[in-house]
Order: sequence, then structure tokens, then C-alpha cells
Amino acid sequence: MRELRYGLKQTFPIFFTYLFMGVAFGVMMAKAGYGPLWSLASAFFVYAGSLQFVMVPLLQAHTPLLTMAVMAFFINARHIFYGVGMIDRFRTMGWRFPYMVFSLTDETYSVLCSIRHSKGLDRQRADFFIALCDHCYWMAGCFLGGWAGALLPVDLTGIDFSATAFFVVVAVNQWRQYPPKLPALSGLCSAVVFYLLLGPDYFLIPALTVSLVVLIVRRRSVQAKLEAYYGK
Amino acid sequence: MGNNAYAAAVIAICALVTLLTRALPFLVFGKRPLPGMMRYLGNVLPPAIMVILVCYCLRNLNFTAFPFGLAEILSCVVVALLQWFRKNIYLSILVGTVLYMVLIRTVFPA
Repeated sequence: MRELRYGLKQTFPIFFTYLFMGVAFGVMMAKAGYGPLWSLASAFFVYAGSLQFVMVPLLQAHTPLLTMAVMAFFINARHIFYGVGMIDRFRTMGWRFPYMVFSLTDETYSVLCSIRHSKGLDRQRADFFIALCDHCYWMAGCFLGGWAGALLPVDLTGIDFSATAFFVVVAVNQWRQYPPKLPALSGLCSAVVFYLLLGPDYFLIPALTVSLVVLIVRRRSVQAKLEAYYGK
Repeated sequence: MGNNAYAAAVIAICALVTLLTRALPFLVFGKRPLPGMMRYLGNVLPPAIMVILVCYCLRNLNFTAFPFGLAEILSCVVVALLQWFRKNIYLSILVGTVLYMVLIRTVFPA
């Protein structure tokens, strides 16, 4: 069970984010007329924060299913980029493999990117528990929000900033760890440029795509720096 | 379609499409050995993605009117500085989040 304890420790920052965002979602669903079991089902099966939030008003408006599917694809298309780095890591995980793919959210991806496994831990069990803990926090939050969210005595507005803070922490750590600075810089520049060009709703996928292309084009020099640092 | 049947269908479709976006790279490469290019991308994409994710979190800030996203930006800077000098992930996140929650209530109320 050392891996479970390790997973709980590594996902501690996500606990607050997911619990609070989950509660917010549950409250929204309850106001739209869908009780805690509907929220729990969304958390269990869909398990995608931003899509679930968009889902609620569309659900109320009885949006056609095909429109929903297209929206869902565009909102979640960024996940395609996460899998690219996890192929070798996940596909050797046996029965856990499908679950790891299913549960690869923004937050789980960044925890998996940020950890250095300590000695004596079963890496695959640890990765699995990290994914499972996050999913459980999310389900707990969504269910609680639908069930009792409106009765919450304290105002926790702003606690979801912990997700942003977490991404900043991982970005800082990676900046220090990576001798080539091009990956982070290409990400930053393309994000800023496309944000200015296309605005907040449409910059994400072009920014990810252009970073990918830049990194492919500059592969030789980036890889040379990586190898000089880590050895082959 | 009844209300419940419709909601169930929406959840099912959202779940399937989300799973598809997450599974796409794994479907494309199946069990074949990974080409060197993909191995390389797996190594270098995370720093790029993480920076873009930070921008994604800040995307809805309004830079043209008070409070100009100052609460978010200040808190992000504090998180980055703390992480840079103290290297304690829990401290950075805790202080950053509390600072943000205080700022949006006191200095920069919506």
C-alpha cells in the first residue's frame, strides 16, 4: 500500500481543486434539475472538467446530440497531445492500461509528468493510484455538490486557483530540469501569439499544434542538448 | 426523447468523445514499437504543454478593465517565485491559492 500512500501524497494539490470544482459542477447540475446521481454519473463516465461545465446549459437547451459530440471533441482535443508522451509508459501496464488512458485529465497528466519515482516503489502501481485518487476526488466533489452544495456554509470562491498554481509549479520545475529551453519558450510564444490573434476561445489547439511543429523542425538541436545533459 | 433518456444520451456521448480524444495516440500506435520521433516528442512536449496550460487557465482574464487580471497574475508570480527559491510544491500552491482568495475579496473585488 506504499504506492497508494505515495499517490495520495502526490495528488494532494489536486484534491482541493477537484473537490471544489466538482462541488461547483454538482451545484450547477442541481440548479438545472439534475440530482446528485446525475452529477456522479457524469463524473464517473465523462470525467472532463471543462466539458462537464459546458454540458449543463446545453443539456437544458436540449442541444442535438451531434452538436454535443462536435463540441465535446473540440473542447477535449488537447488531450490528444497528452497521450503522445504516455504511450510507452501506459501500454505496458496490462489491465490498468485502459483505465490510465480513460483517466488522463489535465491534472493527472501534469502530476504524472512532474513526479520522480522514488526507489522501491512499483512505478505502475503508483501511476495507477495517482489516476484513481484524482478520479475519486472528482466523483466525491460532483456528488457532494449535487447533494448538499447549496448548504455549504463557507464561501470557497477562488480555491480552484489551486489548479493554475499547480500548473505554474510544474512549469517552473520543468524549466529548471530541462537544459533545452525551446520547448517551454515555443509553448509560451505560440500561446501568446494565438491568444492575441484568435482570442481566448480558439487559441489552445493552434498553440499546441505550432509548438509541436516547432519542436519537430528543431529536433536535431533540441535532442543534442538533451543528450549532452542526460547522456544517450 | 424523454428528459432522462436525453440526459443519459448526452452523458454517454460526452464520455465516448472524451475517451476518443484521450485514446487517439494509443490507437494510432497500437502495439508497434514507438518511432524515435514520438519518443522524442514524449520527452519534450511536457514543458511546452505545461506553459500553454497556464495560459489556458488565465484565458478569460480581462486585461482592458479593472482589475486587469492582477489578482491572478500576482498570485502566479508569487507561486513561481516560491517554487523557484523554496522548491516546496505544497507551500507554493497553498500560499498562492490563499493569496488569490484574499486578493479577490479585498484588493480586487469583482
